[in-house]
Formats: sequence, structure tokens, C-alpha cells
Amino acid sequence: MDFVRNLGEAGIRTLHMLGRMGIFFAKAFAFTVTPPVKFSLVVKQIQFIGFQSISVIFLTGAFTGMVLGYQGFNTLSRFGSDAFLGPMVGLSLIKEMGPVISALMVTGRAGSSITAEIGIMRISEQIDALELMGLNPYRYLVVPRLLAAIVCLPLLTAIFDVVGIFGGYLIGVKLLGMSSGVYFGEMISYVEMKDVLEGLVKSLNFGVIIAWVCCFKGYYAGYYTGFGAEGVSKATTQAVVLSCVLILVWDYFLTSTRIFM
Amino acid sequence: MIRIEDLYKSFNGLPVLQGVNLEVATGRILALIGRSGYGKSVLLKHVAGLMKPDRGRVLVDGHDMCRLRGGELLAVRNRLGFLFQSGALFDSMSIFDNVAFPLREKTKLRGKEIRDRVMTELEQVGLLGSEEKYPSQLSGGMVKRASLARAMVGDPEIMLFDEPTTGLDPLTGQTILDLIDSSHERLKFTGILVTHEVPKVFQVVNRVAMIDEGRILFQGTPEEILKSDNDTVRSFVRGGAEWLEKAPECYADSMDRIRRRKDIYPL
Repeated sequence: MDFVRNLGEAGIRTLHMLGRMGIFFAKAFAFTVTPPVKFSLVVKQIQFIGFQSISVIFLTGAFTGMVLGYQGFNTLSRFGSDAFLGPMVGLSLIKEMGPVISALMVTGRAGSSITAEIGIMRISEQIDALELMGLNPYRYLVVPRLLAAIVCLPLLTAIFDVVGIFGGYLIGVKLLGMSSGVYFGEMISYVEMKDVLEGLVKSLNFGVIIAWVCCFKGYYAGYYTGFGAEGVSKATTQAVVLSCVLILVWDYFLTSTRIFM
Repeated sequence: MIRIEDLYKSFNGLPVLQGVNLEVATGRILALIGRSGYGKSVLLKHVAGLMKPDRGRVLVDGHDMCRLRGGELLAVRNRLGFLFQSGALFDSMSIFDNVAFPLREKTKLRGKEIRDRVMTELEQVGLLGSEEKYPSQLSGGMVKRASLARAMVGDPEIMLFDEPTTGLDPLTGQTILDLIDSSHERLKFTGILVTHEVPKVFQVVNRVAMIDEGRILFQGTPEEILKSDNDTVRSFVRGGAEWLEKAPECYADSMDRIRRRKDIYPL
């Protein structure tokens, strides 16, 4: 009986959390599209989520492109199609790996920090203090991060793509002796603007997911994850895991339905 | 005026408030005393609209805090100040920025005017010279004083104090109580002060209410509670007053301060 009761309680708790997540997203969206927007806070968050992520995006982009260059060249050369390395690296990065890996990197670097910061504000009553000053915590804590993530993720993805393409170039052309003209020429022939847009729309979606999940988990730290420092720690872990899973699930959904393409 | 009518609240089936009725007249301070874990802070959070009751109403100047939402709730909260037990200062801001924050966000005051008001407030709580420090660099008493400055800087009409002296040494605790007293003289706010500081707190309040097992066990003036013949009230209040009786001069001084206060603000 205890097992059934625990199962039921867990189910109700999960449903409750999902409902709250939905309401949280609706409120965040409503406050994002209605003034006033705290632009100074948005700029601060762009600096944190975007600018401070450039180095990690640069590094992961370069090595992802280099690995793609190696693996792509080895695989394609088995079929005598190594001339298509450029399109393979370009399309893989622009349509899938750029948006997804950038989003996963930003989740690890900035998303975890967002949850921890808002979570600590929650458990130390700083969010209550904001409310009691007659100020809306969503406008101070959630909206700036949501807007910043929407702005930054496509830009970071673009950087990841460009760096990755040059990583592939470094391996394919400089190391394995492929012609530079073939690498870029074939890439230009096969990669279309709609592919670039598909990648950027995906990254924009992932930006919303990261800000939504990480802000929610911090905002309700203590409600679903226990109290105190341990509660914030669990909320941070859950935020990163849930964001990463949702990014991959939503990526499949976007790719298979082509809903935004 | 703050009026609490038949308030009930429970957590996971455990009743905390079981029909609380309480009233605080405009411009008066009420001390809310009672044993730890008996619902004093929960009651205060209901008054601030941070918690919703299972049943009952909390009226602040006629507005039901349990049913207000959105802009109406923000409008009432704009007139309200809250001193948290933990201070709840924004830990990523300096003390100056913490105190200036409500003015920057809620008023159209210019930089110099904000600076002047913040410095005046910090001077009153004795924190001049610490304005560039961060909350983590301050002692518990200084955090409470900075928090008091932040709560007072907007000239609130209603003030809620959640254990402002808990965890402080007697001298710092007395300083905080004196600050509350002088702020009340200046601003004439309506206030509720949750505290264990019995009977010291009687020097700064007009009325006292004791909460016990989710209900208001006693309500009256500080003089009345000292003379109460209810066993629970006596043991709680006398426990705090015993040391005063052993030191007749201190006791006389304390009673004198209560009487002087009665002359200034009729209880």
C-alpha cells in the first residue's frame, strides 16, 4: 500500500510541478512582452549568458568541427566522396550540432548559475523582500534572463558554427590535404539559407527552454527539492538535467515536425 | 488599521493558526509574543500577503490581503515595510545600494536626492561609513540595522517586524528597539512586532498580544499583561521579567519608560 501511496504522491507532485511550470512560463512571457522592461538588467544578463560563454563556445566549436573533419573525411573517403566533407561538416554543424551543443554548454555554464543565484535569493527571503517592496520579481529576475537567452543563444550558435567550420577546414584541408576550394565550394553549393535559419530558430527555442527551466527551478527552490543549501543544490542539478533532456527532446520534435522551418 | 478575522492555516494537515482574531489601530504598534513555532511569523506573513490562509481574512485599511492580486496587491505593499528576521538584504549589492533600491525603483527621485535620503537613513541607524560594505561583511546587528534602514527609507505607513532582536546581544537588541521607537515617533506607522524580547519590548509598543496553540490567548496593554493572572501568560511574561524583579532599579526604570510612553501615546 505504501508503494501505491508513494507512487500516487509522486504523480500528483509531478503534475503540480508541471502545472506550475506552465503558469510560470505564461507569466514570464506576459511580463516579457509588456513594459516596463529593465534594459540595464537585460544587458547585464547578455554579458553573463552571452559574452562570458564565448570562450567555451569557441573551444567546443573548434574541437567539434575538427572531430567532424576527421570522422567525415575517413567515412566519406571509403565511398570516394571526400569532396563532400565541406557540406557534411557545414550541414551537421548548422542544422544540429551547433544549436544543440551550444545550448548544452550554456546550460552547464550559465543555466546552473541562474538556478543557484535565484534559488539562494529564494531561501534567503530576498525574493519575498522584492515582493514586499511592491516590486514584481518576474521583471527583475526572470524577464531579463529570458530576453538575454533569446538574444544570446542564436549569436553563440552562429559563433559555434563558424568556428566549427574552420575546425573542419583545419583538419580536412591543412592536415589531410583536401583542396580549400572544394571544401568551401561544395559547402556553398549544398548549404542553403533555410538550413541556417533552421539552426538559428532551434537555438532561439533552446534559449527559451534554458531560461524557463533554470529560472523556474531557482524560483521554486525549496518547494520541490527540500530546504536550505541542499535544496538549492538539488534544484541546480535538476535544472541542468531537465534543460538538457528538454533541449534534446525539443530538437527531435522540431526536426521531425519541421514546425518552424 | 490592521484587522485579522478568524484566520486558519495549516501545513500538511498540521494546524498552526486556529481562528486568530486581532486588531491593530492606525498609528499603534502591537507586540506579538508567544512560544517559538506557534505561528507568529506565519501570521505576520499573512498580513504581508505572502501566504494565503485556509480560512479567514486579513484586512489592511479595508483591503483583504488574502484576495488582492496584481496591481492592487502591489499598491498596498508600496505602503508597507517588512523587517525580516534574517535581514533579507540583497547580498550582491552594497549597503548603500540596498537602502537606495526601493527609492530607485519606486520613485522618480534624482541621484543626489536618493543619496541624501539614504545617507540620512544610514546615519539614523548608525551605519555611516559602512555604506560601501556588502551584507556578508557586516555583523548580525549591523545587518538588522541596514535592513531597518531599507524598510524605513520609503516612509512606510505599515511596518511589520519579524523578530528584529533575535540572536543579538542585549545592547544591540536595545539599540534596535530604540531605533524602532524613534522611527515610530517620526513616521507614526501602524506596526506589528513579533518578538521574544519580553518585557523589554513593552517600552516601544502600545499593545501586546500573545499567541498560543494557534489562538490569541491574551490581548491588552503592556501593563495589563504584566498583571495578567492567566498561568500561561504569567509563565511566559514572568519568565522574562523575573530578572527585572531581582534588580529593582532596572525594573523601576523599565516600568517608568512604559508609563512615560503611555503619556506620549495613550495606550
